[in-house]
Amino acid sequence: MSNSFFGPLDPAPDAGWVEAPPRKGFFTDTSVCIGCKACEVACKEWNAIPDDGMNFLGSSYDNTGALGASTWRHVAFIEQSKPLGTQDAGFAGTAAGPAATDVLNRAADSALTGDRSRLGTDTNAVDLGMPKVELPGADGAGRADFRWLMESDVCKHCTHAACLDVCPTGSLFRTEFGTVVVQDDICNGCGYCVPACPFGVIDRRIGEKGVTKNVGIAQKCTLCYDRIGDGLQPACATACPTQSIQYGDVDELRERAQKRVETLQAAGVHDAKLYGHDADDGIGGLGAFFLLLDEPEVYGLPPDPIVTTKDLPAMWRKAGLAAVTLLAGAVAVFTAGGS
Amino acid sequence: MVPDATFTSYYGRPVVKAAPWEKDIPAYLFLGGLAGGSSLMSAGADLSGRPGLRRVGRLGALVGISASMFALVHDLGRPDRFHHMLRVAKPTSPMSVGTWILTAYGPAAGLAGAAELRPLLPARLRDGLAGKLLGLAARPAGLGAALLAPAVASYTAVLLSDTATPTWHEAHNELPFVFVGSASAAAGGLGMALAPLSESGPAQRLAVGGALLELAAEHKMERSMGLTAEPLHQGRAGQLMQLSKTLTAFGALTAALLGRRSRAAAVVAGTALVTGSACTRFGIFEAGQDSARDPKYTVVPQRERLNARASAGGT
Repeated sequence: MSNSFFGPLDPAPDAGWVEAPPRKGFFTDTSVCIGCKACEVACKEWNAIPDDGMNFLGSSYDNTGALGASTWRHVAFIEQSKPLGTQDAGFAGTAAGPAATDVLNRAADSALTGDRSRLGTDTNAVDLGMPKVELPGADGAGRADFRWLMESDVCKHCTHAACLDVCPTGSLFRTEFGTVVVQDDICNGCGYCVPACPFGVIDRRIGEKGVTKNVGIAQKCTLCYDRIGDGLQPACATACPTQSIQYGDVDELRERAQKRVETLQAAGVHDAKLYGHDADDGIGGLGAFFLLLDEPEVYGLPPDPIVTTKDLPAMWRKAGLAAVTLLAGAVAVFTAGGS
Repeated sequence: MVPDATFTSYYGRPVVKAAPWEKDIPAYLFLGGLAGGSSLMSAGADLSGRPGLRRVGRLGALVGISASMFALVHDLGRPDRFHHMLRVAKPTSPMSVGTWILTAYGPAAGLAGAAELRPLLPARLRDGLAGKLLGLAARPAGLGAALLAPAVASYTAVLLSDTATPTWHEAHNELPFVFVGSASAAAGGLGMALAPLSESGPAQRLAVGGALLELAAEHKMERSMGLTAEPLHQGRAGQLMQLSKTLTAFGALTAALLGRRSRAAAVVAGTALVTGSACTRFGIFEAGQDSARDPKYTVVPQRERLNARASAGGT
């Protein structure tokens, strides 16, 4: 029991499963993700998830935004002025300026929004200088390096899952595969799992009652619990055309991930790193872990998450002490002093 | 002077999600605390022969806990399934623990409160078997509620802290003391404002003691939280916290100096303390929500922790 809040363990036997099958999970190798979003589509289709808005977010090709009650796979897109390992973006010899500058961005913004001074805002006009006749880049400033990072994010199926720990109805449960699943006929939408998740994965579904499915109920990835029990792969992994999403036994995936990161490092991609593979981390290791090409926060992931329930025994002790203080205080105010 | 923390995020979007809770939850934090403090106060008044203070406390607890129950069910995504909370008892879930505390406390506080309404009943009901049983049950119910009341007033701190919401989690060492102090100040304030002056000595001491505990614990809490204390000083949450401190300090001072001398001063002090307690709960709630919406409060402390570990490891 001493390990149940923190540290490495095999979650299914810890939850009481007898003769549990090997723990299942995802290894998402972002170095081969091409940003096709087939995973997002396959997930929506298989799980019959309602739409969550048609938005233009202006964040590269990401118009999905974030994981949520109706988004169980989310592909992140990051554009950076950095080379990818030793790869040559092929821009060096071209007569082109940088991909974008602040001045150009502001000018484009101004062109889209019209004359702001007449709209009553205080944005100053941007001086672009006199028009030039020479080709872009002729002044010797080469075009910037460029790389495009893509990452298909998903529920991490934590070894120590805060959402499951705090669920007051028993709706969230640990499956025999070591994954974490919501029973939508049990959840009463208390919403406690939402702030408990250190990755911002699970959310309560919003929508029109009677029209949208499961409105008011917490929802997230099930690692396709209804497929893997039948020996199928989850929908996203099945649809992924580059094997960026790999499904399998967590032990085997961890070995595979270690080999992959070593290969990339040897090839000069020194930024390549694993995220969530380590059973000694603050979550006890993730059932769905990642190979990243930059720091976790660049992808919107927390750099050093620790499951909140690690501190729960200490919190109960403090609350107990506070309760005793209150009781003693109440006794004191009636026994000491006058009327 | 600490420079502004620089950090990287994904298009400035939050890393963790803010709780989907609305005004119901901070209202419950306040009303539940008020009810718990009132139950303790009324039990003391009952045992020490102060019927006026006892009545105020029991009725305060009845109103507080009834409104709490309404708020808690109203906030659910599926209110028709509120009873699913009773399927399990989980020590790892502060909300489950709270459910069972309230399941025991609510009926006890309700019975004691209902007994105070007995004189208003028609004579036939009042003096019938049910009325007599109600009268007999009042004291045991009130004492039972008082024994559970400290848990009602303190567990809500764990409810907030056991999350990835940066400002709530980092407050976990001191928040229970802030909350029990706030509960005492509110209940004491209620007693001062509504009970006869001749009986309100314990209410005054409970109010002043609670206010001092709340202010001291809150001060210590802010010092221990690092960057995550910032939302407690900004925006609407900052205004609420400032108002809470001002009202609590003013209420405690007025209560201590004039609380037993004039009815008007007791009402002013009591009202200030009750309002101050509500501001504390709404302020801490809002500050936590703000801290979840800004990735800074998630990323910067974690990055610092990671960097400190890396440099300690010599890599």
